[in-house]
Amino acid sequence: MSHLEGAVLCREAQVSALQALFGERHHFSFPSIFIYGHTASGKTYVTQTLLKTLELPHVFVNCVECFTLRLLLEQILNKLSRLNSSEAECPTEVTCETFNDFVRLFKQVTNTENLKDQTVYIVLDKAEYLRDMEANLLPGFLRLQELTDRNVTVIFLSEIIWEKFRPNTGCFEPFVLYFPDYSIGNLQKILSHDHPPEYSADFYAAYINILLGVFYTVCRDLKELRHLAVLNFPKYCEPVVKGEAGERDTRKLWRNIEPHLKKAMQTVYLREISSSQWEKLQKDDTDPGQLKGLSAYTHVELPYYSKFILIAAYLASYNPARTDRRFFLKHHGKIKKTNFLKKHEKTSNHLLGPKPFPLDRLLAILYSIVDSRVAPTANIFSQITSLVTLQLLTIVGHDDQLDGPKYKCTVSLDFIRAIARTVNFDIIKYLYDFL
Amino acid sequence: MATDEIRNRGVNVTDHDLIFRSLTETLQNNVTPYIVSLQAKDCPDVKHFLQKLTSQLMDCCVDGKSKEVKSVKTPKKTNYSMDSLSSWYMTVAQATGPKMTIKKRTTSSQWQFPPVVIILKNMESFSTKVLQDFIIISSQHRHEFPLILIFGIATSPVIIHRLLPHAVSSLLCIELFQSLSCKEHLAVILDQLLLTAQFPFKISKKALQVLTNIFLYHDFSIQNFIKGLKLSLLEHFYLQPLSVLCCDLPEAKKRIKFLSVNQCENIRRLPSFRRYVEKQASGKQVALLTNDTVLKEETQLLLEDLHVYHMNYFLVLRCLHNFTSCLPKYPLGRQIRELYCTCLENNVWDSEEYASALQLLRMLAKDELMSILQKCFEVLHSSTTKQLGSTTQKVKDFLTQFQNLDADSKEEEDACGSQSKGLQKTDLYHLQKSLLEMKELRRTTKKQTKFEMLRENVVNFMDNLVRSYLLPPESQPLHEVVYFSAAHTLREHLNAAPRIALHTALNNPYYYLKNEALKSEEGCIPNIAPDICIAYKLHLECSRLINLVDWSEAFATVVTAAEKDANSTISEEMNEIIHARFIRAVSELELLGFIKPTKQKTDHVARLTWGGC
Repeated sequence: MSHLEGAVLCREAQVSALQALFGERHHFSFPSIFIYGHTASGKTYVTQTLLKTLELPHVFVNCVECFTLRLLLEQILNKLSRLNSSEAECPTEVTCETFNDFVRLFKQVTNTENLKDQTVYIVLDKAEYLRDMEANLLPGFLRLQELTDRNVTVIFLSEIIWEKFRPNTGCFEPFVLYFPDYSIGNLQKILSHDHPPEYSADFYAAYINILLGVFYTVCRDLKELRHLAVLNFPKYCEPVVKGEAGERDTRKLWRNIEPHLKKAMQTVYLREISSSQWEKLQKDDTDPGQLKGLSAYTHVELPYYSKFILIAAYLASYNPARTDRRFFLKHHGKIKKTNFLKKHEKTSNHLLGPKPFPLDRLLAILYSIVDSRVAPTANIFSQITSLVTLQLLTIVGHDDQLDGPKYKCTVSLDFIRAIARTVNFDIIKYLYDFL
Repeated sequence: MATDEIRNRGVNVTDHDLIFRSLTETLQNNVTPYIVSLQAKDCPDVKHFLQKLTSQLMDCCVDGKSKEVKSVKTPKKTNYSMDSLSSWYMTVAQATGPKMTIKKRTTSSQWQFPPVVIILKNMESFSTKVLQDFIIISSQHRHEFPLILIFGIATSPVIIHRLLPHAVSSLLCIELFQSLSCKEHLAVILDQLLLTAQFPFKISKKALQVLTNIFLYHDFSIQNFIKGLKLSLLEHFYLQPLSVLCCDLPEAKKRIKFLSVNQCENIRRLPSFRRYVEKQASGKQVALLTNDTVLKEETQLLLEDLHVYHMNYFLVLRCLHNFTSCLPKYPLGRQIRELYCTCLENNVWDSEEYASALQLLRMLAKDELMSILQKCFEVLHSSTTKQLGSTTQKVKDFLTQFQNLDADSKEEEDACGSQSKGLQKTDLYHLQKSLLEMKELRRTTKKQTKFEMLRENVVNFMDNLVRSYLLPPESQPLHEVVYFSAAHTLREHLNAAPRIALHTALNNPYYYLKNEALKSEEGCIPNIAPDICIAYKLHLECSRLINLVDWSEAFATVVTAAEKDANSTISEEMNEIIHARFIRAVSELELLGFIKPTKQKTDHVARLTWGGC
């Protein structure tokens, strides 16, 4: 028990609740337990350590991996039969196609000496994936104890509340257990727990304090915080290693590390640069500002006509078709905006999002915005298709529509303005919203 | 943690396969035998993704390794899961592992076993769910299944953040590798293939423009550009009978000796050769036009001249580019290919841009000028030939003179300083007057500093070089032998216009069928034209919706136009045949995508194209 307390921090209430539910080995436990809580609130870890330290027979399955029913059921059965047999002999792989088979096979497997008299636990991690599988699966697992007539408990782990799971047809209600988020005090305690042996606990705790001060506002994910703590610790120790400051010299240390952590928040945390690159930077002691992150490369290289096709597509998506005369005919006469404004068009088209347009309209706009004459060559059409594969345009409706396909332009205003600037095209002048 | 690499490339698809193939080979030789490349269209969901991954992984292992691996290979299962995959990997890696690690310890030192590399060629087209799920799954197995994902991204890397939520992207360790811009690739290719005297084949300005335009305006594809070059090479040897002489100089000289009478006649017919002959003395003219041996000797000399011309041409072109590429606003273009195009067309020194470039050059500062001269010297010095030896020496002299200037300039400054006397205190009128006087004085007696004189010399020297060496190729006799100029054939072949071709075929069937009877004036429809042509021409006159009855009647009128004179009554049978022909023509047009049935009106069809009427 003391071992458990050392391994699981700040989750005493949940651990004791679970222990109470589990009861003695041979006791029948609650048929199904549903544990939910936010990312990195210790659901998986607590369940796993609890089952391991108590040495209860259990099967741990991650539902992401089991994208078919068959995979899921077979994995459970195979793991169970491996629990049964001693390490040397290799049990034969079972095949199981339906839930009905599963119940039958499950009875067979659990009928052995090992598992007969004690509760078997099946833990389904990331249980939200169960909802996308066959409809009978979730209700089946919920009353597995009743169906198989065995001493079994199914534990679901999920980040989503139970209400989102409940099937329309009704089902057996599981015992719902909530894992609340760690408070800042909890985080401090857990993070300080794994301090490196060469430094004192206080020194590391002070470091964690600074780290949390910077990152707590944006990130409460324990995993992420631990990763960041390990990554930036060498920089924090630097003055101590160099002998410029003592371990107690918190103010100096703080001044050293704080700007560094802020930079880390803008780069490593967002995965703008990789952690290995970050470590290298720390070692070389160069300015992280020099290394450009992913977002710095916003420039997209496109052939000349592709740019115009994209611009034409943008115009076609955001201008009402009636206004094309106004923008693209030389002698359109003076039409004031208010004259042809319909009621529903008073809202900005940019707020409503892009509208689909036919291919012909795109080409007509293209011919009028390009200065030189453009022949409708195969190259032009293939460029439209390659813009679609780049997801700058999307095709609306069927994929195999040969007559009059419709497209939408999916790029943002900033993006198209940047593109238009490179070809000296004043796109704002042609947009109905900015008239 | 699944490591993850990203490449950012241009839009073009055809080039990517090549890049990835070479990447795969390099990785295979240096890092790991386990390389899988997946396509978005094969992976609509996680199941197919893993299926493809597993089968490819096992295949690539069997190919490379001995037969013993084959026995390890697990029997084909209908189910593929990450579990089975990682256990398979462990057995294979352990079996082959020790051998591998001795050789490649250094490269794959951070992993015990060679990692599995998965290349996703176009990340944009993968569905987000598949990617997310796969990354989550593989992160569970990262210890037993070392994995490197290579994403190919054609747009910008920001797409990663758009495709993957933070929870997933935080599982990755992302590093970015960016390939060269494709314009730089183009510059390299031009530099090594065309801007050199090494290869005798050259292309004219128009053909070069067609090729570069297709590249810059349409596809950014180096592969297509090279294909275009190959095509022009092919066309040149196919169309130009004298292209036999388009080879190395010694070989060409040998071939000249064996030229037939016809080929000699071909040489005489070349416009550039005729122009050359006209300039010769009359006695030589006669000899050249009548005597084959004289002609052959002369041709040898001319080809030699052409070769020398090219060698000098490219050296001077590069020098000129060094001069002009640093000017503000790039009057002669930023890239050397733009300069090359201008020089190919006509005398570059006649153009306005050249004049303005020279003017700008006359205002350059010393350090800029020196660095340019240094570059020019390197260019000239690098050439193996001694044609421009004196020029190289001259450039070197200029450089030393500039260096010596430093010492002289100080004395000069002192002299200048004493000249400018302080202005006495005067009223406004006098001040203005004295200022004007001073200005006048300075303009007339302004002595150029040594630097200015030297700069003037350099610019003039450059100007002379250009005028004597950068003559357009058309001015050279026998240029037709090496220059390919049929730009229109290139354009026809490389920049196909299916719609225009279809329109021509239907509107003017004579163009393709070459049947004299089909020859007709603009606008009228011959009744013996194929039915589909008649129907097409009639439909061009309609608006967006076409009434089928009217169309059919018009069709019948046109078809029977000739027969009407012979016998005015048309039999019932005849009518039915015409009706059937009309229906067939209409359905052919529908197949070609010109019309489609519409629900707006039952007896109408809708046009899908516009224009033409």
